[in-house]
Amino acid sequence: MDWRTPRTGGLALLAAVILVLPLALINNYWYEVAILVGINAIVCVGLNLLIGYAGQISLGHAGFFGLGAYGSAILTARYGWPPVAALAATTAGVAVLALVVGRPILKLKGHYLAMATLGMGIIISIVVVTEDGLTGGPDGMSVPAFTLFGLGLAGERAWYWVVGAALLGAVWMALNLIESPAGRALRALHGSEVGAQVSGIDATRAKVGIFVISAVFASLAGSMTAHYSGFITPGKVGFFHSIELVTMVVFGGMASTFGAVIGAATLTLLPQLLTVLKEYEMVVFGAVMVATMVFLPRGFLPSLVLELKKKKQK
Amino acid sequence: MIAPQLRVTAVSKAFGGVLAVDQVSFDLEAGKVNSIIGPNGAGKTTLLNLLTGVYAPSAGNVVFEGADVTGLAPHLLAARGMARTFQNLQIFFNMSALENVMVGRHLRERAGWFAALLRSRRLTAGERESRDEAAELMRFVGLGDYLGAEADAMPYGALKRLEIARALGGRPKLLLLDEPAAGLNQTETQAINALIVRLADSGVTVVLVEHNMRLVMGVSDHIVVLDYGRKLCEGTAERVRNDPKVIEAYLGSAELAQC
Repeated sequence: MDWRTPRTGGLALLAAVILVLPLALINNYWYEVAILVGINAIVCVGLNLLIGYAGQISLGHAGFFGLGAYGSAILTARYGWPPVAALAATTAGVAVLALVVGRPILKLKGHYLAMATLGMGIIISIVVVTEDGLTGGPDGMSVPAFTLFGLGLAGERAWYWVVGAALLGAVWMALNLIESPAGRALRALHGSEVGAQVSGIDATRAKVGIFVISAVFASLAGSMTAHYSGFITPGKVGFFHSIELVTMVVFGGMASTFGAVIGAATLTLLPQLLTVLKEYEMVVFGAVMVATMVFLPRGFLPSLVLELKKKKQK
Repeated sequence: MIAPQLRVTAVSKAFGGVLAVDQVSFDLEAGKVNSIIGPNGAGKTTLLNLLTGVYAPSAGNVVFEGADVTGLAPHLLAARGMARTFQNLQIFFNMSALENVMVGRHLRERAGWFAALLRSRRLTAGERESRDEAAELMRFVGLGDYLGAEADAMPYGALKRLEIARALGGRPKLLLLDEPAAGLNQTETQAINALIVRLADSGVTVVLVEHNMRLVMGVSDHIVVLDYGRKLCEGTAERVRNDPKVIEAYLGSAELAQC
């Protein structure tokens, strides 16, 4: 087994970090931050498959995240469904929705696709805010704890391991996908759409497929967030969260699964670390973002790998 | 007489008011090298795009192996056994050379989403096979030295061959090459020439869209000449070369006299 490949070495490294990290998590607050990193990373790994590998933009993925969160919340809190059943039904529902919405809008390209996904996200956000009978509107709603076979899942420490395992699973599947015929088809579409089509790739089918998969990743992350935090508000469904997610993917490095994880971790941690700067927080945050894109235009991880390769050749 | 593999009947394509291809008809026999030639702007590439589904014709129809395939999407034509290369390269520069060729095998691969996400055992076995066959194809087109290369690190001449290897990945019955020798030097052109002959010998019908007269005259069994979107004449190299209409269409008629 070659430990230098992403699928073995990279996964082992990620597993080691997840295992060792609790030693550094001095209190529940830092556990919360770590869980938030994990959740965002899961969404970004899925979103990177769509944006980074297949080259299709989505400015509405917070909508899928929100549907996952509210789907689980509503089915368990309002209708008394067992959390597992709610999770399964919500995920399936989001997959079907992504399929139905994806077919027409993924025929669009570039800015037009960005606008269409943006619109989709905004519609979901508006529905969540206005359907206050179901969702609690802008005030949000509380969500019952996750239970499985009578065992409850509660507390930061327990959720840390659940989210950690889910992240490992997400990364493993993403790495598998990109090195499969289906994954090659996506990268080929990004490289040359007409070249891919004459090679026998059904562009629409491939794009819609990866749109659905990335939506499912976001939805699962949303469902986990709802049960973990026990209370959800429409803030995480809106436009700004979508932009945040895309920024994480771009910052970490497009077409790099571990880059997406690093992007999610950096942009989740940075605001926490910058709180000491008080009112200058956003100024420094913005400066860091601009500097990254100027000096590391391919995003953090791919730029780093390229530098290392250059050094090696010298 | 055997039925033609490809029958093109009165195919036209208009871009706004411009008729890029105007009522072109011809038949292609299986297993031969066929060429489409003509001066710049004669509509050669447009015609190729019509045959491979990149554009839908404004009128006329295309019959491939007895079935009407007019206006079918490129991936459906690929599934029926058509493959092509491009004049302006359509390489996947974000992938390795080997992966480019593996994409060419797409239709013969297990492309299911679940098997891909969970990396099923059958998929792993298929991947090994795919890698081996892609490497073999690269050697066949003379790219044995580039098995480990990234596509964006390869020279132009090698990329032209890479597109041919990718096209062969689908085991096509009909292979359409759009100016395979454009931008190549004398030696590279001769090598491409030899490759085309080998392809035809292996039973693939080759359609060559070319500018390079020397290449066309040397290898073609059948030539279709276009000018201003219309078919000027067709036939063997000998016949085309001596057709006064063809000589007139090529202002540089000296070029024809040369070969």
